[in-house]
Amino acid sequence: MRKEVVLAHNASWLFRVAPYLIFAGTWVAAALVPTFATGLMFSWSADLIAIIALLGTARFFLALAGMDIGTSFGGIGASREVMIATLAEPALLMIVFSLALLAGSTQLSTIAGYMLSSNVGLRVTLALSLFSLIMVAIAENARIPVDNPATHLELTMVHEAMVLEYSARHLAVIELASFLKLLLYVSLIACVFAPWGLAPVGAGAAAHLLGIATYAGKLAVAGVLLALFETAIAKMRVFRAPAFLGAAFMMGILGVLLLFVSRGGLR
Amino acid sequence: MSWPRHLVDAAGWSGAIEALAAGRRTLAGLWGEPGLVHMATHADGEGAILSTPCPNGAYRSVSAWHAPAIRLERALFDLHGLRPDGALDKRPWLDHGRWTLRHPLGEALAATGPVPYPFLASEGENLHQIPVGPVHAGVIEPGHFRFTAAGETVVRLEERLGYVHRGLEGRLAGADLDRAAKLAGRASGDSTVAYAIAFARSAEDALGIEAPARAQWLRALMAELERLANHLGDIGAICNDAAFSLMHAHCGALREQVLRAAESAFGHRLMMDRVIPGGVAADITPEGARGIQALLRHIRDRLPRLVELYDDTASLQDRTVGTGRVSPELAARFGAGGFVGRASGRSFDARKAFPYAPYDVLNFGIRAREDGDVNARVWIRIEEVRESLGLVEQILDRLPSPPVHLGPPAGTGEGNALVESFRGDLFVWLRLAGGRVERAYLRDASWFQWPLLEAAIENNIVADFPLCNKSFNCSYAGVDL
Repeated sequence: MRKEVVLAHNASWLFRVAPYLIFAGTWVAAALVPTFATGLMFSWSADLIAIIALLGTARFFLALAGMDIGTSFGGIGASREVMIATLAEPALLMIVFSLALLAGSTQLSTIAGYMLSSNVGLRVTLALSLFSLIMVAIAENARIPVDNPATHLELTMVHEAMVLEYSARHLAVIELASFLKLLLYVSLIACVFAPWGLAPVGAGAAAHLLGIATYAGKLAVAGVLLALFETAIAKMRVFRAPAFLGAAFMMGILGVLLLFVSRGGLR
Repeated sequence: MSWPRHLVDAAGWSGAIEALAAGRRTLAGLWGEPGLVHMATHADGEGAILSTPCPNGAYRSVSAWHAPAIRLERALFDLHGLRPDGALDKRPWLDHGRWTLRHPLGEALAATGPVPYPFLASEGENLHQIPVGPVHAGVIEPGHFRFTAAGETVVRLEERLGYVHRGLEGRLAGADLDRAAKLAGRASGDSTVAYAIAFARSAEDALGIEAPARAQWLRALMAELERLANHLGDIGAICNDAAFSLMHAHCGALREQVLRAAESAFGHRLMMDRVIPGGVAADITPEGARGIQALLRHIRDRLPRLVELYDDTASLQDRTVGTGRVSPELAARFGAGGFVGRASGRSFDARKAFPYAPYDVLNFGIRAREDGDVNARVWIRIEEVRESLGLVEQILDRLPSPPVHLGPPAGTGEGNALVESFRGDLFVWLRLAGGRVERAYLRDASWFQWPLLEAAIENNIVADFPLCNKSFNCSYAGVDL
């Protein structure tokens, strides 16, 4: 907190405000995801679509801030980020669509409750949605193979290129927001596809403790899997990202179509 | 052994330029002295140096006919003030206007201060420029890269170097042999052994002496250890630029083991200042020799698995195959040495083309490929690691008996040497007078590789530049002098 912020001379108010906007948007979105219990304080205030919208807003400001100073790297990063976003968001909406059709709601607590109930069964749609969501999560969080969060090579960066000009507390807030976003996606995948241990509404302290313990376990597993995946694969060319996300989108669509076929249309 | 030097008139100079332009000979160096310009060329294992006088401070431009000479001529003008007549590119190269003098090695003039540097123009719709460096986000040497891109596609790349100019040639002039050997060993730290060997050999050539046999073999041992360390490091680093850190970690560990073996055998991780005119500074330690034997077994055990990992990782192959292609024509024209040349069909290696002891009696192969992409440059390195392992083994088995050093006399004369550094052929020419260096010229392999990087990246995407650049791994310090 004592570190001095270094600002470019031509930085506008937007550049200074953007980190807080990005963090706020991500934070609110993260608060909407049931982590260790359904029906948490904010859980009922908005649904999955609102989460996507909040993340989209955060990204919008990040891209703007990246271009604000006018350095070439910021522009490169923003253009690549927006390219990836325009491909990732439709895929994400397809996943939301198939989940909503299945559970009859876009409310995450309701979806988690439905997934826990006995009438889910094994469905191809769910498997497709899971894979699709994981691919979107990788792209959205700027992980290998779409982006490399650990790189020092300016020319290959996506997310990092946009925040190259940030320093001190601004950078800290942006980094915090990006970590929070990763946590959000892991929690989202966990609560929809592995909702075991989630404390139901009105449960006692023991159920909540169990919920927290299983949540920590899920995060640990996700962390290990992510690390394993990232060491086993190289980063893809920037222009392979559309194919990668296109596959995610196709799986999302296929999930929705299969749902229609298996049900013989919407009831 | 030594390349003869001839003083030629304008017609002889023009004939030499014609031979270069026609591709009959390869340029090995271009340097100056007050009132004189020297040019080294070679063909078919025979080298020669031509010198031409510069009436009114001008000589006939080589670069007007032979592009590889462009940067050499620009550097020559900055250092000596000798003008190449008819040259198309007259911009400064080493002198960014921040020196205290202009033409410090010639008739020095007062500095005029920095002037704007005009980059080559590119015209077209939707083109934009991306300036990169000289300060980079990673801890690497400084160099400026000016990209002109259409979206993500690179239309033109122009390099601007000279940021680590230390006035090496100026410092070498007048230095005694000990100090000059140290300075030469610091031209480019990662190839300090190769530089030291090249300097020592040219000094011995000038004095008409020869280092003891054991010293020559120990030099080769150090050179191969240096090659091993650098190639292993490079293979990992190239993969790391494609965000494949697994290879980087394993190769980094192997490189570290090579450096530790070097430390225990020769007392310095990079073997700096171990090669001196007249021999080597110290004999190999017995435990060091055993350590290198153990190192060979260890690398031979690990390398096949790493090669398999590289070859079987589809996501990595997708990045390296077809990226940053250099055509064999360009590699031949520029006389690119090392892995850059050999990946593009130019199977030139100074250890074979101009064999020097002990390589003339050692058994090793030189492999070349035609594909010229990043993948080819990785594979050439892998092959060279294998060859170097064999060379180290042969050297340890057949090491002659001491002594390792004979004190050089304080003589006078001219000498030169062409040595294979891990990057490629390294040329040194010097003139000694009374035990001191009168003029020394060091030409790094990267002089003829940097320009090819500009060609390799064309029509690739901006994001693939770091990968291409790492696969070239040119020296900044070595060409900035």
